[in-house]
Amino acid sequence: MTQAQSRLGLYLLMAPLMLWLLLLIIIPHIGMFLVSISVKTGVRQYVTGFGNYMVFFTEPLYWNTFARTAFMSIAATFLTLLIGFPVAYYIAKLTRGRTKTTLFLMCLIPFWVSELVRTFGWMILLRETGIFSSFLQYIGVHSGPVEFLYNDAAIMIGLVYTSMLFMVVPLVTTLDSLDDSLIEAGYDLGGNGISILREIIIPHAMPGIVSGCIVVFMLSLGNYLTPILLGGKDSLWFTGLIYSQFITRFNWELGSAFGFLLLGLSSTIVWVGLKLSRQSLTDTVGR
Amino acid sequence: MIATIPQSKAFAWTYRIYVTLFFIYLALPLTVVCAFAFNDSVFPSLPWDGFTWAWFFGNEAPYIGVFNERPIIKSIGTSLFVAFWVSLLSIAVGTSNAFLFVRYDFKFKEFLYILMLLPLIIPGIILGISILVFSNTVANNLEDATGLWFDGLRPGLPLVILGQFSFIATFATLVISARLEKFDRSLEEAALNLGATKWGAIRQITLPFLMPAIAGAAVVAILMSFENFNTTLMLVGSDAPLTITMFDRLKQGSTPVLNAVSLLLIVVSALLGLMSLLFQKREQN
Repeated sequence: MTQAQSRLGLYLLMAPLMLWLLLLIIIPHIGMFLVSISVKTGVRQYVTGFGNYMVFFTEPLYWNTFARTAFMSIAATFLTLLIGFPVAYYIAKLTRGRTKTTLFLMCLIPFWVSELVRTFGWMILLRETGIFSSFLQYIGVHSGPVEFLYNDAAIMIGLVYTSMLFMVVPLVTTLDSLDDSLIEAGYDLGGNGISILREIIIPHAMPGIVSGCIVVFMLSLGNYLTPILLGGKDSLWFTGLIYSQFITRFNWELGSAFGFLLLGLSSTIVWVGLKLSRQSLTDTVGR
Repeated sequence: MIATIPQSKAFAWTYRIYVTLFFIYLALPLTVVCAFAFNDSVFPSLPWDGFTWAWFFGNEAPYIGVFNERPIIKSIGTSLFVAFWVSLLSIAVGTSNAFLFVRYDFKFKEFLYILMLLPLIIPGIILGISILVFSNTVANNLEDATGLWFDGLRPGLPLVILGQFSFIATFATLVISARLEKFDRSLEEAALNLGATKWGAIRQITLPFLMPAIAGAAVVAILMSFENFNTTLMLVGSDAPLTITMFDRLKQGSTPVLNAVSLLLIVVSALLGLMSLLFQKREQN
């Protein structure tokens, strides 16, 4: 293979990658940034400035929603970790062979199904005429119908359910690679369940915990369906604000600014998570 | 807490009950969605009014089944159309990227690789709006300059396809690269020694080796495209894919016909998912 041929091959293979990244990722984001810093002064008249970002900081509704979205996403991430960790440990360490494959598959199947269907399931369970409400009336705990839907707890249930897989899979993978003899050695040296969990298991599982948490946080932050369908009138989510600025109000300048703030928050958290755990993006998501 | 170390009975049982409860939690929403597809009532809720197939095959209002419900059948067609193109584009670009990143060394390789991963960490709704803003600007400028219409750059299926492709291509690249890395290059060299052309060797030796990964990536791409909501929502025009149609119905409140569609979706996605696992298995052999 001559040098010139190799060059040509390189450029030919480079072309689709560059077209994809430039036209669909880089230029659109630069364009969105430019729109977000143009302030409307009249019909089709704009000046450059940070007016749209100022609107965000001066209007309590906007930054309250932003903070609420961030905090609830963090809470959802912790809950997912807390609920998922014991299950991942059980699958990785206490089962083997066919049982292990079956349990792992049972974790996967719900997530091949559209998020819409999963959320629909929770609506049927939680609403006033739903299963839980009917069940409570049937066993006589409550006399009238109970509404479980349209509040923050319902959003939490939905978010945790939707992101569970992205926590359990990396956890099972890292826990699988932990040698049982290390745990045995811990017991031999006089450790008990809790100290072994703290000193051996959790440090070993750290890469899985971090990549799981990062993905779950991002998915919760960027979620639109779950808060809209399960949340009530007051349960605003930041993606909902972006949607309404773009589609309902047709205020693309403010919407773009919101989009950038969300992107900034999600990138910051990902970056901090990677720094704290001394991992690179390539190891975490590039697998 | 491993099998070789004895635990107290109480602890072992509590643990087992916890894991069982977890799997009930996982299965519950999907189970009720499927169950109510067969309820003989116009609302997907209790009381249970008996078993019926009407939500699949019915054609008398209000009992219109999936197979007689025009808008839903049409949006399934739209989703299939979108998924086909997204999957085709993704595996084409993914295969090309795999050769680029595995076989070549060039300036900024590491930087481009990280750039290639970025679509995974950008929220879908933001991918959607940025592409919407960009294509709209391009369309406005082109229309001002030429006086022609550029409908392909307005919200609609071409933009939905590009929007979904913009992040699904990353998955395809990762899956196909992983397989190409395992390829033994001496096989290709042997083919070259035996008189094959460069392209002939790739076509007859390398691509067949990559096939399980390419097929697996195609299935995953179809699955992801079919169920994508966030990016699609921002870019959709008048032809709505299935998830968008279902979302609109869900907000208004609908008959159990939605449960019937969901049941079909669950069956099809579980089958596709298992298929992608089978491809992965074959890849390991």
